[in-house]
Amino acid sequence: MRDRHTTIFWVGFAVVLVLLARAPYVLPEYWARFLTEILIWGLLAMSSDILIGYTGMVSFGHSAFFGLGVYGAAAALIAVKPASLWLAIAFGLVGAGAVALFVAYFSTRLRDIYFAITTLIFSQIFYVIIFTWTDVTGGENGLTFRKPALAIPGLFSMPFDTKTLHWFVLAVVALSYLLLRRITQSPFGMVLQSIRENEARTRAIGYPVERYKIAAVMLSGLFAGLAGVLYAVQKSFAAPDFVFFVTSGQTVIHNVMGGVGTLVGPIVGAAFFLLLHEVFSRFFTEHYLIPVGIIFIAMVIFMPQGLLGFARRWLNR
Amino acid sequence: MEIPLDLILIQTVNGIVTGMILALVASGLTLIFGIMDVVNFAHGELFMLGAYFGVVVLTATGSFWVALVVATLMVALLGAALQVVTLRPLIGRDPLTTILTTFGISLVLQNYALWQFGPVARKIQEPFTGHFRLFYLEYPVYRLVIALLSAAIIGALWLFLKFGKYGIWIRATMQDRVMAQAMGIPVPWVYTAVFAIGAGMAAASGVLFGPLVGVNHAMGLDWILRAFIVVVIGGMGSLAGSVAAAIFISLLEAYASIWVSPAQAAIVSFVVLILTLLFRPTGLFVPTPK
Repeated sequence: MRDRHTTIFWVGFAVVLVLLARAPYVLPEYWARFLTEILIWGLLAMSSDILIGYTGMVSFGHSAFFGLGVYGAAAALIAVKPASLWLAIAFGLVGAGAVALFVAYFSTRLRDIYFAITTLIFSQIFYVIIFTWTDVTGGENGLTFRKPALAIPGLFSMPFDTKTLHWFVLAVVALSYLLLRRITQSPFGMVLQSIRENEARTRAIGYPVERYKIAAVMLSGLFAGLAGVLYAVQKSFAAPDFVFFVTSGQTVIHNVMGGVGTLVGPIVGAAFFLLLHEVFSRFFTEHYLIPVGIIFIAMVIFMPQGLLGFARRWLNR
Repeated sequence: MEIPLDLILIQTVNGIVTGMILALVASGLTLIFGIMDVVNFAHGELFMLGAYFGVVVLTATGSFWVALVVATLMVALLGAALQVVTLRPLIGRDPLTTILTTFGISLVLQNYALWQFGPVARKIQEPFTGHFRLFYLEYPVYRLVIALLSAAIIGALWLFLKFGKYGIWIRATMQDRVMAQAMGIPVPWVYTAVFAIGAGMAAASGVLFGPLVGVNHAMGLDWILRAFIVVVIGGMGSLAGSVAAAIFISLLEAYASIWVSPAQAAIVSFVVLILTLLFRPTGLFVPTPK
């Protein structure tokens, strides 16, 4: 049984990967970019699933990690010449990781709703700092920069176009998924899930729950930062809006729509949300959030498991 | 650095005035949380809708006081309807689902307001245009009226909870939901009423605050965050704690904005929040839990 499950999983994974990789050849330019964007938002949502789905902590502060990824990448791309993609990733991860450590240290002392509100308020602190520190961050106008080249020093260098960017993002997201899946199935991931199920008991067994929570927030923050770097590279600009808590709210919506605790669910949720956005924008222009919000509320009430909730046990086996 | 004494006194008055409005917003939020375990993300939007309904009624009738009462009642009714449709099915589920639902509501209401009223800020004409002299400033009387009215509304709520028959129902539900239900209190309707009261208080503060700044669709965002900070610092679910924390925070921000921009002054309240969470996570203004 176990072998059959493994085979089906990897075949399914390979098929989805090949389909996504082939997509830029089939889709028109606009939709190819759209797909890349879905993958980036999906990575952000997947990173927050570590907290929501596996540790049972709803973070409303992922915009801070994501935003620091964006601004970290921007710093590297603006300050260092020639612009290097890998340096941007390193800066983004360091920025997001540092913020995640700071937020985690304070917010993991609290539970449930208090954790959610605390992360929300922390993300707003970073929003205010970025918004008002005009000299460094460009304030409301944000920062613009040039895309780095996809290069391995001494081997090759090529500028990003729609296709190569899509493949690069796809590779990062796929690797992140495999890594996160491995982590959630590791002993560390098991402890996180036992914190979700019964925190008091986990503590009684002897696990230092606080340290595990801090590690979980940092892990989640690092992947959110990675999503931020990818977004910075795709959009070539950084704006304080990315750090505003609405971004965090959307991340939570992606999770709930797709199904928490599945890792792929959040990506599906992001795709679903962005598609709804596209469709309703045609009819409601910028007021698309009215129908999308109503659909979201209905899903919370009637479909709390999300789109992929039915496959949750299977995906985590 | 010389400390400008007159400026500090002016900012004290300003801080108390904003503090009272913030207390009005936050006490609705803390009431809803304390009784229903619902963190109402849509509270800022109810505040904003109250202000907009105030604008509409004021244009129709020309009376600020009619606008205040009608807008409050309309938003209270809307709150009751929202509670019945979206929150009642979630009773007994994880409290976190209520955060998600109210977040959804806030998105819908905010975009509805943008759609209905447009992006241009509206203005509410203040009912009193009188001024009195405060050092070198002509201080508007209306600001003091706001503070007093907010205090009166919060005081009325407190009296109602303490002595009113239905207020006692509400407190009974807060202490023990199952027992209250066993004694014949219609708990689901108590929840609806509490949400309506909280929504009405948000709306009233929206109308009262409207004349000081323009009314626009995003005004709720700013207030909901400050109200959350107040509620956490004051101790979740504690009415007196929220009022004290609201005034405390507003005073600190008012003093800070003597030296830095108002946007940066907001960081002061964030710092207070962090310190509170570090040293007294149950809240600054509540008795130490046993």
